[in-house]
Amino acid sequence: MHIDATERKWMYVSLVMTAVMVFVLAFYAVASNIRPPSNVETIDSDRLHLTKEFAEDNLGVKPNPDGKGLVVTMVAARYGFYPQHIKVPADTPIRFRIASFDVLHGLDVPFTNLSTMVVPGYVSEVDTEFPKPGEYPMFCNEYCGLGHDHMWSRLTVVSKGSAEAHQK
Amino acid sequence: MNDSHVNRLSLANYWVGFLALVAAVILGVFQVAERADLLPDGLESPVLYFASMSTHGVLMAYVLTTFVVVGFGYHTAATSLKQPLWNRPLAWAGFWVTLLGVLLAASVLLAGRASVLYTFYPPLRANPLLYIGAALLVVGSWVWCLQMIMMTLTWKRAHPGEPVPLVQFGNTTNATLWLWTSLGVAAEVIFQLIPWSLGLKDTVDVGLARTLFSWTLHAIVYFWLFPAYIAMYTLVPRAAGGRLFSDEMGRVAFILLLVFSVPIGFHHLYMDPFQAAGWKFLHMLGTFMVMLPTLLTGFTIIASLEIAGRLRGGRGLLGWIAALPWKDPLVLAAIQALLVLIGGGFGGAINASYAMNTMVHNTQWVTGHFHMIWGGTAVLMYFGIAYHCWPKLTGRRLASAGMARAQLWLWFIGINVLTIPWHVLGLLGQPRRISSTPYDNPLVAQWYPYELAMVAGGLILLVSALLLIVNLARSHGSDAEADREMLYAEPVHPVLSLPKPLNSFALWNWIILIYMVASYGYPIAQFFVLKTYGTTPWGI
Repeated sequence: MHIDATERKWMYVSLVMTAVMVFVLAFYAVASNIRPPSNVETIDSDRLHLTKEFAEDNLGVKPNPDGKGLVVTMVAARYGFYPQHIKVPADTPIRFRIASFDVLHGLDVPFTNLSTMVVPGYVSEVDTEFPKPGEYPMFCNEYCGLGHDHMWSRLTVVSKGSAEAHQK
Repeated sequence: MNDSHVNRLSLANYWVGFLALVAAVILGVFQVAERADLLPDGLESPVLYFASMSTHGVLMAYVLTTFVVVGFGYHTAATSLKQPLWNRPLAWAGFWVTLLGVLLAASVLLAGRASVLYTFYPPLRANPLLYIGAALLVVGSWVWCLQMIMMTLTWKRAHPGEPVPLVQFGNTTNATLWLWTSLGVAAEVIFQLIPWSLGLKDTVDVGLARTLFSWTLHAIVYFWLFPAYIAMYTLVPRAAGGRLFSDEMGRVAFILLLVFSVPIGFHHLYMDPFQAAGWKFLHMLGTFMVMLPTLLTGFTIIASLEIAGRLRGGRGLLGWIAALPWKDPLVLAAIQALLVLIGGGFGGAINASYAMNTMVHNTQWVTGHFHMIWGGTAVLMYFGIAYHCWPKLTGRRLASAGMARAQLWLWFIGINVLTIPWHVLGLLGQPRRISSTPYDNPLVAQWYPYELAMVAGGLILLVSALLLIVNLARSHGSDAEADREMLYAEPVHPVLSLPKPLNSFALWNWIILIYMVASYGYPIAQFFVLKTYGTTPWGI
């Protein structure tokens, strides 16, 4: 078998390039605790309204019972994320917990790290913080039926020290 | 050797594929126009849009690809091995079964009864004929896999110890790859979706369905890409007037694609909640390994082109590029395909990144990416291959090489005008799979110019697709006879003997089996261990 010397060099260059990329990704995944939403938690989507956590009265923003920060509990259902307007302070650890009432959905807030699929039968959990106050759309980014275009809700991030942030 | 049965079978497959392409491009133009809000009120409807989008996806991803892979495979297998098809009636049966599957699926797709997109998306339920049609299409393609493998084995028995010609080694790799790849979607369709859509099962586990689909979803793009890579190694160097830089590295690249493309599907599931982070990380490592065969291919093909350019009198560091035969449609297509691959590969590395994926997941960036890398690199090569093989298949010269080049340039420009703004839309936060932008948000105004650019790109592609059909159809009736002999590129260093693993697949199949059990074993088994809840079907 014949391998040209130049090609052999290129093989080493390719291997080193790939190794560097993987190392950088692995390093930041560990060092900054970056992980995609992966909590592997099941739920009966047909009986969502009967569960304690996802019953209509319990949705919305609450203090996190496990420690500092807030928990936002939401239900995705055709065609909206409920509650339809969420207001949270900036620079605060926030845990989103979302379940689907019907079909596949995807929650995405552009220009932030909040993105997850919402899969019937499973609970999605994302930990994030919002550094920049402002008004953000929460888009459904997974085809969920003919009304998919119309599925969106609002997220308001207020600065941490503001009066609004203390009202809660 | 020139087998008229093979030529007819091959042409039939190419024609089904390219007619599907034209139909799908027309639908695509409708979709970009609808999203940019340019259509009259009567046509603006999500019902039409999602029926169109589902049909567009099925035609492009399953029909064009499968038929071109099959047509290319039969023709190159018969001409490189110089032997007939393994089983001619079975080959034709495979063609008709595949076509029947397409027609069944099309009947419900066009009627708007299967608007669940080509990725199926349970628990949305389509008419069962969509799933049955898809299953027939896959089963029909397995016939081709069997033919490729049996033809290679027959040849090896007659030529003990000799290297299988590189082109057929590539076809056999792709056949093996597709058998492994299609098992995931076949299991989803046969065991989950068909019984559930017929009402024989009440619920479907969406987590399991998505996990099985991810098994197929990445490697399927390599099934589509394989003819492009095979042609770059075995046809382009000769068409350019040179030699293949390394035959062995072609085999190494094919094997790397085979081993690393199936067990890595979880980069499509990074944002899904039902698989644990460790599995996603494992699959990411494999995903980056798939960069290697593409980097090796880029090197070998560019080196082969440089040899050709210098043999043609090109001088200096870059002078060989100008000396290449840009007028040859296959060489032109290969150069364009490699250029598009740079952008497409860059985008792919971002999608595959464990952390960066969050920013682009399910935005228009992703659709822009796969239209660039597949609609650009792979499809441009499909065109180049067709222009190269048509005279061999029909015995007639191309009606006009100039029109062929014009068609290729239009496609190259159109794909860039379409997909570069598409990537930008994704970075500006536009979600994918929407028919309109009814959001009360300032972002909508920022998106609009890019949506208009996409309409322009779509129109250029439509002109190009129509020109393709005209070019190929006219060439059937061309007056000038052509030499039918298929000649494959000679390597710089003739391959006299090879280590066994570069001439056969047994070892690699065992390695894939172990790798698949390691990367998909528990992630699939967990659905039978955990207390999971199925989901009832929903209409669209």
